[in-house]
Amino acid sequence: MNRRAIRGLVALPAIGVLGVLLAWGTSGLAPFGHFHGFYGQLLNAITLPERHTTNTVTAIVFDYRGIDTMGEELILFAAVVGVVLLLRGAGKPTTRDVAQDEVRSDALRYFGVAGAALAVLVGLWLVAFGLVTPGGGFQGGVAIASGVVVLFLTAGFRSWRRVGKERHLDPLEGTGAAAFITLGLATLIAGAPFLHNFLGPGEAGTLFSGGSLSFLNWAVALEVAAANVVLYTEFLAQYVVSLVRDTGDE
Amino acid sequence: MHYLPYGIAAWIFCVGIYGAIVSRNLIHLAMCLAVTQSSTYILLLSIGYRKNATAPVFKGFENRTKGVDPVVQALTLTDIVVSVTVIALILALALDAHKDAGTVDPDELVGLRG
Amino acid sequence: MIAVVLVLSALAATAVVLCLDPLRQIVLSGMYGLLLVILFVVLQAPDVALSMLVVTTVAYPLIVLAAIRRTRR
Repeated sequence: MNRRAIRGLVALPAIGVLGVLLAWGTSGLAPFGHFHGFYGQLLNAITLPERHTTNTVTAIVFDYRGIDTMGEELILFAAVVGVVLLLRGAGKPTTRDVAQDEVRSDALRYFGVAGAALAVLVGLWLVAFGLVTPGGGFQGGVAIASGVVVLFLTAGFRSWRRVGKERHLDPLEGTGAAAFITLGLATLIAGAPFLHNFLGPGEAGTLFSGGSLSFLNWAVALEVAAANVVLYTEFLAQYVVSLVRDTGDE
Repeated sequence: MHYLPYGIAAWIFCVGIYGAIVSRNLIHLAMCLAVTQSSTYILLLSIGYRKNATAPVFKGFENRTKGVDPVVQALTLTDIVVSVTVIALILALALDAHKDAGTVDPDELVGLRG
Repeated sequence: MIAVVLVLSALAATAVVLCLDPLRQIVLSGMYGLLLVILFVVLQAPDVALSMLVVTTVAYPLIVLAAIRRTRR
């Protein structure tokens, strides 16, 4: 038998044991729907009076558990550094390679660019109103990046090369990551705990609520959007290289 | 129904790991790892659910409305966005392996060549 | 309602793993992601549903398609 069949036969009982252990472990939890976690109930009750933010989850992500968000953001940063190290410099296509633009229809181009602008606007709205309604830095950042990538789909590789330049994107991403840590260190230098919420709470339900929470929100949105656009740039370059090699004169 | 979500999360976890073990293609392996990761999101959110409770967004509600647990939602939503970059790193490693060896079959990638 | 969506997502996850062709697996994983979005909305988690929606419809198919195209020789 080949190696793969042996692997499958050995794996099945092991995964069976794992499944039994998982079932036994989760049967010790409270039944579904009767969770008695006190921390969550407390946060639900005090977020609106203390920080005047109506979206409790955003307040937890950027204020009450801000250190966890810093760790996650640095994971994102490190993973993007790894991808860039592996893929950059391995046969990038230039605009001279892609002689003909793949998108020839003018209607597609105009509506596509309008659609991309609309998607970026919706992403910005998600980030800005993340303190009031569901949204926030992470969701809005990915939405902005996906709006930007629509440009490649509807306007061809040349327009994408004009937008996705590495020497603009890399400093943007670094600025986002550094802004988060700098805001935390600034409060530390001023004598308060790390990532302490300065500026008054403001009025609930408006954009000016939550104090310095919204600065952290925008820093994370910048970093997530730039990191995702860098990622898409690297992978789309690989895609176009394979297209050029298949249809070019080789 | 009391323990069904936990059982489903355990099932998806085991299925994802089995798919990663017997995979024939590194890209298929990366997708199976993504499936495994999504089972943890289901587990986290089912732990925090409370019956007849609303979402933890309290615009226009008075102060004593019951809401589901917001802490597990905070953990899950950062995790979803970060998992994209981690899977992209795995795919970049697969592309690198393809460049050297010409194949994405994990069985043919064993052994170092000196 | 929750039970129905849970069982459907377990079936979709099994289908994603058992499909061996990566191109078809992208389509199946898109459907699995949308089922998860519905599950997260039913479990009263709108923020999580938003991020899962954007990630699973745009980010994952893009990077996996680019990787497949590059390694298909």
